[in-house]
Amino acid sequence: MAAVKIMDQEAIRRAVSRMSHEILEKNKGLERLALIGIRTRGVVLAQRLKEAIKSIEGADVPTGILDITLYRDDLTLVATKPLVRETLIDFDITGMKIVLVDDVFYTGRTIRAALDALVDFGRPATIQLAVLVDRGHRELPIRADFVGKNIPTAKHQDVQVILGESDGKTDEVILRDSPESNEAAYLI
Amino acid sequence: MSWKHKHLLGLQDLSRQDIELVLETAKSFKEVSSRDIKKVPALRGKTVVTLFFEASTRTRISFELAAKRLSADTLNIAASVSSTSKGETLLDTARNIEAMNVDAMVVRHSSSGSVFLLAEGLKCSIVNAGDGCREHPTQALLDMFTLQEKFGRIEGLKVGIVGDILHSRVARSNIWGLTKLGAKVTVCGPATLMPRGIEAMGVEVCYDLKKVLKQSDAVIALRLQKERQQDKFLPSMREYSRLFGLNQAKLNEAGSHLIVMHPGPTNRGLELSAEVADGPQSVILDQVTNGVAVRMAALYLVLGTKTE
Amino acid sequence: MGLLIKNAVIVNADKVLEKPQDILCEQGKIAQIAPGIAAGGHQVIDAAGKKVLPGLIDIHTHLRQPGREDKETIETGSRAAVKGGFTSIMCMPNTNPVIDNAMVVEFIIREANRVGLCNVYPIGALTKGQKDEELTDMAELKAAGCLAFSDDGKSVLNSRLFRLAMEYAKMLDVLIIEHCQDPLLTAGGVMNEGVVSTRIGLKGDPGIAETVTVARDIEIARYLDTRVHLAHMSLKRSCELIRFAKSQGIKVTAEACPHHFVLTDEACSSFDTSTKVNPPLRSQEDVEAIKQAIADGTIDCIVTDHAPHTKEDKEVGFDGAPFGLIGLETSLALTITELVLPGIISLTQMVDRMSTAPARLVGLTNKGAIKQGYDADITIINTDKEWSVTREGFVSKSKNSPFIGRRLKGMVEYTVRGGKIVYQP
Repeated sequence: MAAVKIMDQEAIRRAVSRMSHEILEKNKGLERLALIGIRTRGVVLAQRLKEAIKSIEGADVPTGILDITLYRDDLTLVATKPLVRETLIDFDITGMKIVLVDDVFYTGRTIRAALDALVDFGRPATIQLAVLVDRGHRELPIRADFVGKNIPTAKHQDVQVILGESDGKTDEVILRDSPESNEAAYLI
Repeated sequence: MSWKHKHLLGLQDLSRQDIELVLETAKSFKEVSSRDIKKVPALRGKTVVTLFFEASTRTRISFELAAKRLSADTLNIAASVSSTSKGETLLDTARNIEAMNVDAMVVRHSSSGSVFLLAEGLKCSIVNAGDGCREHPTQALLDMFTLQEKFGRIEGLKVGIVGDILHSRVARSNIWGLTKLGAKVTVCGPATLMPRGIEAMGVEVCYDLKKVLKQSDAVIALRLQKERQQDKFLPSMREYSRLFGLNQAKLNEAGSHLIVMHPGPTNRGLELSAEVADGPQSVILDQVTNGVAVRMAALYLVLGTKTE
Repeated sequence: MGLLIKNAVIVNADKVLEKPQDILCEQGKIAQIAPGIAAGGHQVIDAAGKKVLPGLIDIHTHLRQPGREDKETIETGSRAAVKGGFTSIMCMPNTNPVIDNAMVVEFIIREANRVGLCNVYPIGALTKGQKDEELTDMAELKAAGCLAFSDDGKSVLNSRLFRLAMEYAKMLDVLIIEHCQDPLLTAGGVMNEGVVSTRIGLKGDPGIAETVTVARDIEIARYLDTRVHLAHMSLKRSCELIRFAKSQGIKVTAEACPHHFVLTDEACSSFDTSTKVNPPLRSQEDVEAIKQAIADGTIDCIVTDHAPHTKEDKEVGFDGAPFGLIGLETSLALTITELVLPGIISLTQMVDRMSTAPARLVGLTNKGAIKQGYDADITIINTDKEWSVTREGFVSKSKNSPFIGRRLKGMVEYTVRGGKIVYQP
């Protein structure tokens, strides 16, 4: 089973740093800007973007956590229900410029669910998408606004993002052949 | 940690991990219920039927609301036990409803264990909303959720359950759940309404309410059915209230640490005074709020489990 | 032409004849018992390797006819009986109409004769309509064929009426069988009151409902110096009371059912309505005590209390389901498996408790033993043969058995009634 390291700790750090600049540039600063991380690793990345932005602008961006489990379109297909965790958005998103943050961008179904979930909380001015890795194979007409790295992949491959805060290991992104995980990857 | 039960029939059948999963899941649903848009699409397209053979408003409404907030379609059926005892059996009635492609049935029935008959005889998920004197699992779960919210834990808590223990499914479910999660339970009530050998369920029996109030972190007052006097279990309601009713004076004597719970609907002036029910130590309305979240979690979990 | 049973190891209540004998049955009687009887034109059964017992007698069954022919009939009940090794059964009077007049008695006997499988002796009701108000015409019922009287299904709550019934029965020399369960104490209980009922929230029936009635009946029997037979004893305490009474010379006899020495109230926690029975299944301590009482003779006989109920009646949840379970087809194998093979009672004791003692209790003087001149009612069994209780295996019209799924030892190979083979597998 082949496993290739696509990004190391340093590459991830640089990508996050670059994306934070792009986010600020596109939104012309911090005004009405908010980050919302999608559980689980999107939350870590959102936190890192928040810190990167703070080091540039010297101010905090409101940051929230979104659990999209209840909005998944495959809930009735999976054998056992995934664990539902809390969504924590302690600010009003109406009129805000929201940047959704996730680790791997794949079929687009997670983002579709996240968009559905977000509009239940209010009416943002805009919703943008920031991802660490875009691996292609979209099944829905959704695109990312900020991408850490584009990685061409085959469908049977599996992209694994490891982040210190959530995984307790050194940051890296790994691509491996994993036929079994094909379906699981499709589902989310 | 994953959920493996197709039905929720009682807390007797659940492990500590199962119970903790329900409580954890309910936390997320409580957040959903606090939003402006109190609805998520998790059970879109599913049909949930409430089949109640005993009159109940609040439990049925709580389940209905829970199902609706999960985007399930709901249907409420109030059946009478008498119609099922004549000709059509309980199973018949349920099978007829199930034949309309129902995904889950929330059932209340006056006969202990009747939910097992349905779970065996039907294909859909069964959620027990109270079977006879046996179990009322979602009530106990919401009680535990409320305790966890108030104390941050259940392990080591001292909980008193006061009233008609003999006929109480709420007491039984709470005993199963609380003892599994490491709480210390004391049951208190008239000796004539104390079931034989209850100590074997891992609880202590105490007939002195004052003592129970003093030693407990929380006390659950049970609803006293008025028929108990006709059945000669009690000399009078007045005497019951004097010995086992909660009032402010008794609470004051015990100290302000105690929280008061009640599964509702309350008989004010009988098992607890209005002053207590509406007072600062009462969490009765929190229980009602939490009930919806806990029932959302229960429906979400059982409806996701496919067993071959 | 008769029936010749060759190579029979005969088990009577007093002893096992280890040396195989041949038994010749002619004109419904046992004509000769000897080794090497010539086959000459007789129908022959080879009983080599099997045990030959006097036909089993069950003095406590419910046949449901007349009234609830959907649950059981005299015909299906007879079939179940002979399959279980019983050549004589006594049916309880709680039919519709109640067996409280000669016409019903005659109907049952006529129908049993038409079926022609086993002897059926109706038990007369003690009170008219089993209403606990007036005594039945017991002399007339006796003349019609009743050997015993009972209001089984419930106690005679009115103690004065019960005393009068006992006095009257003494005059007629008939047996009174009392269902010991004070309904005021039972108060709607559906299972034994104890730790299990507390745990699963079913209404408990306290043991004292049985024992206070046992004590009352013993006292009335003592006072009147007459016989009383206590039905389906289920408790250790009842056995103690009976043991004491017998030691005092009081003429009390008693019976027990296999389910009370095999199952405990834990079985009810499955909510299988086949475990709902009157008196209820009790604790392990009671089970052990019943076994002991059967062994030491405190309990005189084993009965089935065969109580058939339809699936529809039993499919309504524990509270709503009627009491009772079927027992004719499992009684012998349960007794062999649970009492004989573990060495609690011997095979001769089993014959006593299931044939000889019941015959003596109700005055069937030509039954209960394999002896020359006795009725040719014979049960041939294989005590080692193992079988599974299945729903489909029952010939009874009802299938409400809590033993479905069990493996049991002891199988009936032939049932012979009046010198004729009435059952073989």
